Amino acid sequence: MYGKGILKGLGVTLKHFVETYVDDFRRGRKRYGTREGVEYRSSKDVSGLFTVQYPEEQLIIPEEFRFVPFLVYDEGENGEREIRCTSCGICAKVCPPQCIWIHRSEDPKTGRPVPEPAEFYIDIDVCMNCGLCAEFCPFDAIIMDHDFELAVYDRHSNNIYDKEKLLKPASYYQKIRPRNYAAQEKIRQEKAAKKAARARK
Amino acid sequence: MTDTTLVAEHPLLERFPEGVTPDERKGYEGFIVAADRLVEFATALRDEFGYDYLSSVTGVDYLPDGKMEVVYHAYKSTGGGALVFKVQVPRENPVVPSLVSVYPGADFQEREAWDLLGIRFEGHPNLKRILMWEGFAGHPLRKDWKEAYFEEEKKPFGSRWPGGAVHRAEDENPFGKNVVYPPDFDPEKWTPVGDEALYAGLREFKKDDDLKTEQVVVNLGPQHPSTHGVFRMVVTLDGETVVRLEPVMGYLHRNHEKIGERNTYLMNIPFTDRLDYLSSMSNNWGYVQAVEKLLGDKIQVPERAEYLRVIMAEFTRIVNHIFAIGTLLNDLGAYFTPMLYALEERELILDIFEAVSGSRMMCNYFRFGGVARDLPPGVYEKMRDLVFERLPRKIDELDRYLTENEVVRARCEGVGVLTPEEAIAFSAAGPVLRASGVPYDVRRADPYGIYDRFEFDVAVRYHGDVYDRYLIRLDEIRQSIRILQQALDQLPEGDVIFGSPKYSMRVPAGEAYGRVEGPKGELGFYVVSDGSANPWRYHVRAPSFINLTALSRMCEGDKVADAIIILGSIDIVLGETDR
Repeated sequence: MYGKGILKGLGVTLKHFVETYVDDFRRGRKRYGTREGVEYRSSKDVSGLFTVQYPEEQLIIPEEFRFVPFLVYDEGENGEREIRCTSCGICAKVCPPQCIWIHRSEDPKTGRPVPEPAEFYIDIDVCMNCGLCAEFCPFDAIIMDHDFELAVYDRHSNNIYDKEKLLKPASYYQKIRPRNYAAQEKIRQEKAAKKAARARK
Repeated sequence: MTDTTLVAEHPLLERFPEGVTPDERKGYEGFIVAADRLVEFATALRDEFGYDYLSSVTGVDYLPDGKMEVVYHAYKSTGGGALVFKVQVPRENPVVPSLVSVYPGADFQEREAWDLLGIRFEGHPNLKRILMWEGFAGHPLRKDWKEAYFEEEKKPFGSRWPGGAVHRAEDENPFGKNVVYPPDFDPEKWTPVGDEALYAGLREFKKDDDLKTEQVVVNLGPQHPSTHGVFRMVVTLDGETVVRLEPVMGYLHRNHEKIGERNTYLMNIPFTDRLDYLSSMSNNWGYVQAVEKLLGDKIQVPERAEYLRVIMAEFTRIVNHIFAIGTLLNDLGAYFTPMLYALEERELILDIFEAVSGSRMMCNYFRFGGVARDLPPGVYEKMRDLVFERLPRKIDELDRYLTENEVVRARCEGVGVLTPEEAIAFSAAGPVLRASGVPYDVRRADPYGIYDRFEFDVAVRYHGDVYDRYLIRLDEIRQSIRILQQALDQLPEGDVIFGSPKYSMRVPAGEAYGRVEGPKGELGFYVVSDGSANPWRYHVRAPSFINLTALSRMCEGDKVADAIIILGSIDIVLGETDR
């Protein structure tokens, strides 16, 4: 029969259409506006409406998600910031679009380099979010962020991030990437223990 | 790499005692052919030795030696390794005979080599710029060509560290001063060369026809939703029938290959993501494979990483094909419903990519000697759910939804036919080639990675029309699911990368051509190393670019509305076409 294929196809569309209402009815209010609802809508079991209503709702961001790097500092006992970066320059060397600028500190008396950056800039207009800087940083000092809502009215005055704007505490790092943080913290502690053991000898 | 003794005793050398010599440079392979014997050599290669498929044509600028080299990679359409041959010409006046008469698939690639490197191909029927425009000064891939604001020869740039003073490239390179025109060129008075010819059809009358018809030239694109990006087709119409079609491209050109030559090897991986941005994982693989070939035994990919590579590449294929089917239906006028059904499944797979690699589309997941990181907890289960449960069900649904639809069949069957002989001659690749009845799949014909361990069929269809190019994508999705099921079942434990990752490395001098079966066809990367930290030459054999060579042949004689779906059935991504 001519037209059978079209009818069969329309059957599929109709099924999708009916499922939307059935699913709304079955899941009730929890389907929209809750984390559970968003999780359901990005799972294999989803049927019916699929879309996530940004900005009221947001997709759940996985831990590995990467968007524009930031610099990590540890909070000292008296609240001072201990910047992890030693300005070794590996991130600036590995950066594919070359959007990282580091000005190394120098001891004013001896003129020798001090392991801390005097200035640190990232041009986030140029940054391609590849994550290589974070991947190759030997001190876990530069980490990819999860914050992607960076729209501004004037990119010329806003989008070159300096050291102040890039610095975020280690507790924030722990919050957005708990698994990575725990793994790196373990390695750091092992290294510190080894160092202490060597110092005792 | 071919064995040097094999090359020295190759029957080709007996057939051509003069004018053909083995390439004896260290790390290089194949033959060097004298320019005046080239056409004869290629004809013999095709007709007597069975190398009927010319995969890649590109040029290399050996500035220190004062030479230009054109490199050809030919294959047998029945499978097997490459036969590489080269022509060397002086750099000042590089003239090489064109091979379009032997391999029509060389057409666009020779035009590209002329455009970017300034190698003139004698006898080419239409040798004009293809990616740049006529108002462009110079040939940008030449080693002595510098862009308007040129900071340094190679990355990393010295200004970034240790005394990094921030600046914006656009401040150094203000608008109006960043353009150089060729001498005697005035953009105000310029009319494109060849446009006269393009529009000449307007005045063309068929005198002997009873019915007086007039031909009309129509520009489809560059701003046209059906061209999948900024792509232009100049169509000469007789009534509604396409008489001639010329694709015009390059609107998205960014000199990807030059960027790649200034990058270090590692930096190129995220840049390959941006070629065919729908299938970044396959792009990564092609490039990484070429560099791993150069590295040779210095690097071994661990088992688990091999499996992860296959898993990601096959997921990419599903993502790409399902999206291609969706957009093809859009082109047919089935406004957005099939497209959105396709996007649902794509979205679930992109969730997996995001969890594993950190990004939905710009994955940057492959590394030399493995992959960037292992699967985070929970992802393996998610992949299993998709592959064993949801995807097979949803693909069947898509099949039920579209395949027998009478409108789809009436529009697609018998439209845009490409015969197997033409498909091979035009160097078509991927689904376009296989829908024309040539069962050629790099995963089987020249296996890479661990594809020889999996059981799957090379999908093939025999009509070579749009409908078959739709069906073949469904077939391939099913085969990909089959591979994925085996790979997920067999996935071993272990490391995912060889040794500790290094951010800077030296690659032994030589050349390598890595090719993978990307979702759009054979994706090849030709890399030449001079032993330093940056590649000397980095060329992409882009399937969506080369598949377009056959576009005009497919469209001739069909209706103008069919040109849209024929383009849709080739499935191009302009990021890769224009590079």
